[in-house]
Amino acid sequence: MVQYSRARLDASFAALSDATRRGVLEQLGRSDASITDLAVKFHMTLTGMKKHVGVLEQAGLVTTEKVGRVRTCKLGTRRLEEETAWLESYRQLWDSRFIELDKVVEELKRKEKTDGREKRQ
Amino acid sequence: MDARRDSKPTPTKSGTTVERKSERELVVTRTINGPARIVFEAWTKPELFKRWWVPKSFGLSLLSCEMDVRVGGAYRLVFSHPASPEPMAFFGKYSEVTPHSRLVWTNDEGGEGGAVTTVTFEERGAETLVVMHDLYPSKEALDGAIASGSTGGFSETFEQLDELLITLGASAGRS
Repeated sequence: MVQYSRARLDASFAALSDATRRGVLEQLGRSDASITDLAVKFHMTLTGMKKHVGVLEQAGLVTTEKVGRVRTCKLGTRRLEEETAWLESYRQLWDSRFIELDKVVEELKRKEKTDGREKRQ
Repeated sequence: MDARRDSKPTPTKSGTTVERKSERELVVTRTINGPARIVFEAWTKPELFKRWWVPKSFGLSLLSCEMDVRVGGAYRLVFSHPASPEPMAFFGKYSEVTPHSRLVWTNDEGGEGGAVTTVTFEERGAETLVVMHDLYPSKEALDGAIASGSTGGFSETFEQLDELLITLGASAGRS
């Protein structure tokens, strides 16, 4: 399990950089499919399709489940992408807070300087 | 292959980083141009705190802000937002108060799923590194906070990302 949002985002983009993999995502958007179904649809060997699905799975874009001898693939994007987006909006909130905090700190520093000068005089 | 460390969060222009450190932890960091003494003051005096905690750009307004900053002391912040018919209250207790270096408080508004927040202030020359660490009681609690957008998440952003993915998927299928 990849822990870091940045790594996840990179993995998502790497996964999406390939035309076959984007096609697989679109296909899975319509309905779940087995690796065999996908291999046939995209005119690929089973091994080749397994590799593509593996990349998509690692990026969290697809989840697979083995029932009997058939491995079924389905879209798994939502939770992962929501988390990435949430972290970004959370960062924006904190960014805005810190920009305001900068102003407060600047003001206190200035005040301290002035007060110090007054004391020395 | 591993020349680049992917685990490093990307800072914004002003240097704020946010990272999900583990299944239960969220960490925010930022360097503030000022001594720890002053930064700490801005986090612990209500009249200063309320000037920066609620950024105007987020459409929130702070209706009240009570902070009794000492071990066992309580805080209570009440916000209003045009999209919310009822005001929202955030409250808890301070469990550690170490002047100029460390603050720990609980977040009790969410019941048992609330995080414990630890803020450390580390002086580096004329600057102070602020590290805010939220520890949730379980992975499910942090996942839940994220899913509900409760800590400042904004659903428009999710929708935009969803749309991007759909567009990318759709255009690929035709090529």
